Amino acid sequence: MDDTDRLLLTLIQREFPLSERPYAEIAEKAGVAESEAIARIEAMREEGFIRRMGASLNPRALGYVSTLAAARVAPGKIDSAAEYVNRFVEVTHNYERDDAFNMWFTVIARDEAAVAAIIDDIRNNSGADEVIDLPATHIFKIKVNFDLTK
Amino acid sequence: MEFAENEIRLLRALQEDLPVRERPYADLAARAGMSEAEALEIARRWKEAGIVRRMGAFIRHRKAGVKANGMVVWDVPEERIEEAGRAMSARDCVSHCYARPRSDKWPFRLYTMIHGATDDVVKEQARLISEELRIENFRILFSLRELKKSDTKLFMEEDR
Repeated sequence: MDDTDRLLLTLIQREFPLSERPYAEIAEKAGVAESEAIARIEAMREEGFIRRMGASLNPRALGYVSTLAAARVAPGKIDSAAEYVNRFVEVTHNYERDDAFNMWFTVIARDEAAVAAIIDDIRNNSGADEVIDLPATHIFKIKVNFDLTK
Repeated sequence: MEFAENEIRLLRALQEDLPVRERPYADLAARAGMSEAEALEIARRWKEAGIVRRMGAFIRHRKAGVKANGMVVWDVPEERIEEAGRAMSARDCVSHCYARPRSDKWPFRLYTMIHGATDDVVKEQARLISEELRIENFRILFSLRELKKSDTKLFMEEDR
């Protein structure tokens, strides 16, 4: 990746235009031709720097309910607990972390009852010693785009 | 919230991968069964209403050089949640900042994702925030292993 690639990648993360020729607008900001912007971005996608081009929707605005849960799992049981947890399509992310609460996962579903049922199921059946439910009470910031030009 | 059938198709298509070509939304609109102009108009309206949070590229951070991140949890007194949450959010290295409930098992109230080139950079950023905001009790939980990461897909066939 050169500086132009990094600038393009920063621009298309930040605000990809909802217009007929979005790459023409991006290209203009980056000072290259539309065809060059498209070729460079396609190359970055083929090389795997770009995972997806598209929209991220706001689950809350669409009526979905989500939570973050922390589980305390005996070290030898992490793999089997993760296997149990990951089977739920409503579990979108799951990480092993270096803490007594060592498995952290997000649950997103159509309503609170559905989320509660999944947490309860995992609490009772995954082999975790303890599961705490940590739904957000306030969202201060969600920013998933990164400035790669610095 | 009620959506027309073609709007639901558009919601689904927006969560798929857009082609990298001159008119990417023409393809999207075709999948939703509407004109390009109509798809763009609805998508802009959804962006305005906050239903579409962001439009654009999702990158593989590690590959693109944003190598380390840690979830940093902070034990903040109730009366300082708002102020501390705002101050943390103002920092570039903080990508996410949420308040979550405290419990007797887990005293932390604010959650931040802090990104940096290395784990040490993440630790240093957390230390700076701790010093500046005078919040002494915090913990950095680095991820040891990604057990699952999938795109959140809403309004898919299986949950209707």
